[in-house]
Amino acid sequence: MIGANVNDWLNEHGDYLYRFALARLRDPHQAEDAVQETMLAAIKNNSFEGESTPRTWLTGIIKHKIIDIQRKQIREQPLSDLVDLDATDNSMDDFFDQTGHWLERPQVWDMPGSALEQKQFLATLSKCLDNLPAKLAALFMMRDVHEIDNEKICKELEITATNAWVMLYRARMGLRKCLEMNWITG
Amino acid sequence: MLTCKQASQLVSQSLDRPLSLPDRIRLRFHLFICDACTRFNQQLNKLRIAVQALRGNIENDSAIQLPLEAKARIVKHVSDSSESNQH
Repeated sequence: MIGANVNDWLNEHGDYLYRFALARLRDPHQAEDAVQETMLAAIKNNSFEGESTPRTWLTGIIKHKIIDIQRKQIREQPLSDLVDLDATDNSMDDFFDQTGHWLERPQVWDMPGSALEQKQFLATLSKCLDNLPAKLAALFMMRDVHEIDNEKICKELEITATNAWVMLYRARMGLRKCLEMNWITG
Repeated sequence: MLTCKQASQLVSQSLDRPLSLPDRIRLRFHLFICDACTRFNQQLNKLRIAVQALRGNIENDSAIQLPLEAKARIVKHVSDSSESNQH
């Protein structure tokens, strides 16, 4: 009976949920785990509200499961690793000189026009995300892709708002630098 | 007077929270006179649009499917764990 339920859910929504998780976690194994945790939670609490469809119900569950996985990934490292990233220290020396001026001025980005360019650009972006330190990438995905608000992120990760801003700043600086180096336009 | 380093931090923060009025005024003034930080601001906006496009591409790619062996494993795992809960 339980097996039949899970089977039906996976047949109808499994691919959708998997893609939903993969788009936010980027790792196939983690995405599979998110689907599995969603099924476990759904079986335990098999009562979606009358007004919502099974898909919106399951999507609501997987959103939380994705945050659980991202939190684990980010908190695996000792917190000191995370808070050591004070932006007033010299961790931004790659980008700015002593007086706070850009060492290399940001370029104008012409966004890709054709479908092929778009595809290449997104492939480069994907590689740049892979190159980012894992916890910075996970936090960036949480904020800018999963679109969790800052307050909730701080609560989930037990970090201060300042820590979150500093880490997000580092992640974005790293990504834009990587894109400038690896994606040449025109 | 903000440095570019400070201005770039505020640009990034503005994506995560509303800036205070003094910060907003300082940043706007800096961006008015600084091409480099204006470009940086545009880059971060484009970056956010791009990562959301990347998300959309994966969400809408029907070729990406939950692997069959993963599906079988999940069904088995969920059945096993709910049986063991009942004992």
